[in-house]
Amino acid sequence: MTPALAVEGLSVEFRTRSGVVRALDNVSFSVGKGETIALVGESGSGKSVTAYAVMGILDPAGRVTTGRAMLGDLDLLSATPGEFAEVRGRKMAMIFQNPRTALNPIRPVGRQIGDVLIRHGNVSRRAAPAQAVEMLRAVGITDPARRARAYPFEMSGGMCQRVMIAIALAAKPSLLIADEPTTGLDVTTQAVIMDLVSDLAKELGMATIFITHDLALAGQRAARIVVMHAGHVVESTPTGELFANPRHPYTAELIAATPDSAQNLDELAAIRGALPDLRRADLPPCRYSERCPRKIAACAQPLPQAAPGTVHFTACWNPMTERAAIAPKVSAA
Amino acid sequence: MTDIAVAPRGERGLAALYRHARYVIGENSVTGFAFALFVLIVLAALFGPQIVPYDPLQSNTTAALKPPNLHHWFGTDQLGRDVFSRVVAATRLDFFIAVASVALVFLMGGLAGVAAGFFGGWTDRIVGRIADTIMAFPLFVLAMGIVAALGNTVQNIVIATAIVNFPLYARIARAEAHVRRDAGFVEAARLSGNSNWRILALQILPNVFPILVVQMSLTMGYAILNAAGLSFIGLGVRPPTPEWGIMVAEGAAFMVSGEWWNAFFPGAALMVAVFCFNLLGDGLRDMVDPRRRT
Amino acid sequence: MLLLILKRLAMAIPSLIGVVIVTFLLTRALPGDPAAYFAGPAATPQAIEQVRVKLGLDRPLLAQFGRYVVDLAHGNLGTSLTTGQPVAAELQSRLPASAELTLLGLLVSVAIAVPLGILAATRPNSLIDHACRIVATLGVSLPVFFTGLILVYVFYYLLGWAPAPLGRLDVFYSPPPQVTGFYLIDSLIAGDLETFMAALKQLILPALTLGIFSLAPIARMTRASMLAVLSSDFVRTARASGLSAYTVIIAYAFRNAMLPVVTTLGMVFSFLLGANVLVEKVFAWPGIGSYAVEALLASDFAPVQGFVLTMAIMYVALNLTIDILYGLIDPRVRLEA
Repeated sequence: MTPALAVEGLSVEFRTRSGVVRALDNVSFSVGKGETIALVGESGSGKSVTAYAVMGILDPAGRVTTGRAMLGDLDLLSATPGEFAEVRGRKMAMIFQNPRTALNPIRPVGRQIGDVLIRHGNVSRRAAPAQAVEMLRAVGITDPARRARAYPFEMSGGMCQRVMIAIALAAKPSLLIADEPTTGLDVTTQAVIMDLVSDLAKELGMATIFITHDLALAGQRAARIVVMHAGHVVESTPTGELFANPRHPYTAELIAATPDSAQNLDELAAIRGALPDLRRADLPPCRYSERCPRKIAACAQPLPQAAPGTVHFTACWNPMTERAAIAPKVSAA
Repeated sequence: MTDIAVAPRGERGLAALYRHARYVIGENSVTGFAFALFVLIVLAALFGPQIVPYDPLQSNTTAALKPPNLHHWFGTDQLGRDVFSRVVAATRLDFFIAVASVALVFLMGGLAGVAAGFFGGWTDRIVGRIADTIMAFPLFVLAMGIVAALGNTVQNIVIATAIVNFPLYARIARAEAHVRRDAGFVEAARLSGNSNWRILALQILPNVFPILVVQMSLTMGYAILNAAGLSFIGLGVRPPTPEWGIMVAEGAAFMVSGEWWNAFFPGAALMVAVFCFNLLGDGLRDMVDPRRRT
Repeated sequence: MLLLILKRLAMAIPSLIGVVIVTFLLTRALPGDPAAYFAGPAATPQAIEQVRVKLGLDRPLLAQFGRYVVDLAHGNLGTSLTTGQPVAAELQSRLPASAELTLLGLLVSVAIAVPLGILAATRPNSLIDHACRIVATLGVSLPVFFTGLILVYVFYYLLGWAPAPLGRLDVFYSPPPQVTGFYLIDSLIAGDLETFMAALKQLILPALTLGIFSLAPIARMTRASMLAVLSSDFVRTARASGLSAYTVIIAYAFRNAMLPVVTTLGMVFSFLLGANVLVEKVFAWPGIGSYAVEALLASDFAPVQGFVLTMAIMYVALNLTIDILYGLIDPRVRLEA
């Protein structure tokens, strides 16, 4: 079955005043139809850049150097503006963190939803307001008729995120990318928003890519987890398997660093070392090798590629084979 | 690889400033150009009247209204005076007006502003009220009114320009002083027994000065335009004194009948001078606070 | 909304008070004898004394101020020496000429500067971006009266396209029947297209001069504001939602970017009102600016005072309007009032 989205060998670089930043190198992963996966990694690992590249909203200083991103038959990375206009917001959508600043501050939220409905949903200008109210109801906003006339600054963070979800799902896309949608929201609201996204995804048969730095959250919501580090995909496997048998040393450190797995504050582990400077011309093929406790001579060669059909992929020459199981808090979705 | 210039350890004060200045001017050729132009203007102001080929006030009606030629590079005006000599000689007066206005507003506005920011309370309120009242007027109109009230002299143009720019300087100075009021080094000075006035003069003012200097360069341009504008409508400078604004005024009538050089060259000189000060101001801003780059 | 307007009105009152006080001081705190100023350079000592008593200049300062305010409340701005007419009446009759010119100049300026700024922001480092930056830097350096003269030289003398800079209408035309005082509007109301064209022709060069003058700050602010807004989070969301380029740039980005530009308009008006005076001199425009300048040259003091006061009050009213306009565009300001 063709995946909803298949990213192959994506490399992105940014031109900055202090040099060229090789933000992404040979990133590959895929999302099946209706599947929820999580893209996990530290800040600066390239998770958001991947999403922006796929959506075609990279900063002008950024450039896709190689790779394909297949949405069905269309390669997003070489699509013309016309082809993009067909899919962006319509077949694939995105929601962002900081929902309050991600909405137009001087436009009533109902109109913002209406804009997408008119553009992608074959809804007339006249019918749009009423339909927008219905969308607000569908995302669980009470008194939607009144709220539709409200401005983002009059709403809470959770409500703004619901509005963003309404905007993203207005055209019933087949793929949703959620970039840290719950960062900055309180824990209760987080759970509620994530439930909303899961329910709607199920209803629409929509694939979801959930981007987060919170491994525990990913463990609760995603069927498969893709771990990224410094612009590389280092491990990709179903959730249960990841926590039971993490193979890449970085994944193990990430799991150990997750607050849930620590019994008390003293046990909180930090990940050794720091991200390498991605402007360096002499970056090693494995960008984790310089901070890796399991480094061997073989690590100087280019990373292994994913063979087609691999369920549990690890970009490592010295992966861990055995590991004491760390049960996630909630069983994998 | 980054190429940010860093002053070597141990270099402080003037030496470091000089190095930094050289770096910025070297980095940005536009600023370097503006600086060179600035030096040219200063030289013209200082030595211009001495080195010009003709006496700026010497009229020669037989040679009136001649277009630019080999003898008179900018032509002659309606009284036969050499336009080139007058334009260069006028540099002195216009430059003087600019410098005097800026110096005056720096003293008035800068001091009032730091006092308002540092002491707060009534000082702040009064300075604020004065600034607001001035800002309620269209600035050139207010300058007209002040010169009309005080009398038609160059000194009054300087005073009017200073008053009109007062709110801006007071506001900048106040903001900077306010921010530094509770800064560490001020606390330290206070604790070691310095009086408020000493702190104001020795700690706060030197820190506020660089930011005001940027504004001062921009104000020089504005002051020249202001003075020229006032002279153009007959306020301030009187003929036969060479000043760019009044030269344009005198030449205006002749523009319509085709003798363009009379008004063009002083006007172009005005433009070049103001342009230079604006560029310099931008360059200074980059030096002092690169975050504020437009 | 009404509350916002009332609040802004209330905030404008101290400015008005300040303006009245300053204009009073300007004329009473003159070096030398104010009465001599008002009586004029050709007055005899007896005439000066008469003027002194008539204007109450022998009374204590506070009483003078009281009288000044009372006069103002009645619309009495004194009498012009040179024409013998009440200043208020003359200002009123000449105001439309200045207003028409300034408004048209502003229109020209906005019509060029705003699109230029938007294009410069959406096409960074392109030719148009550099053109915008050059315009912004040069525009601030050009003396407005110089621009006017150059335009006259090129378009009237060299090319012969524009009419002579001799005022609002060519000698052969008479003004249309007065409705607003704006020749453009009045001639259209009267259905007189010939006069309309004649008035327009006279207006083009001076309006262009004012337009060029105020181009720079508006273009610069539009560009800077658009650049900032285009990299904001909500524009990113709009792009990700696949909205059309027009919707993203105009309905989303531009409307937000306009806010600082509207605020800049206040400053631009301050410059325009001053530049007005200079442009009126270059083009022999019969507005209030040239009225004041003529009075100045004749040492006729009352019109100058009336002029400064009128301009200041207009400026306060303009700023008030801009504040309210801002509130209309930005709901955050509206709803916190």
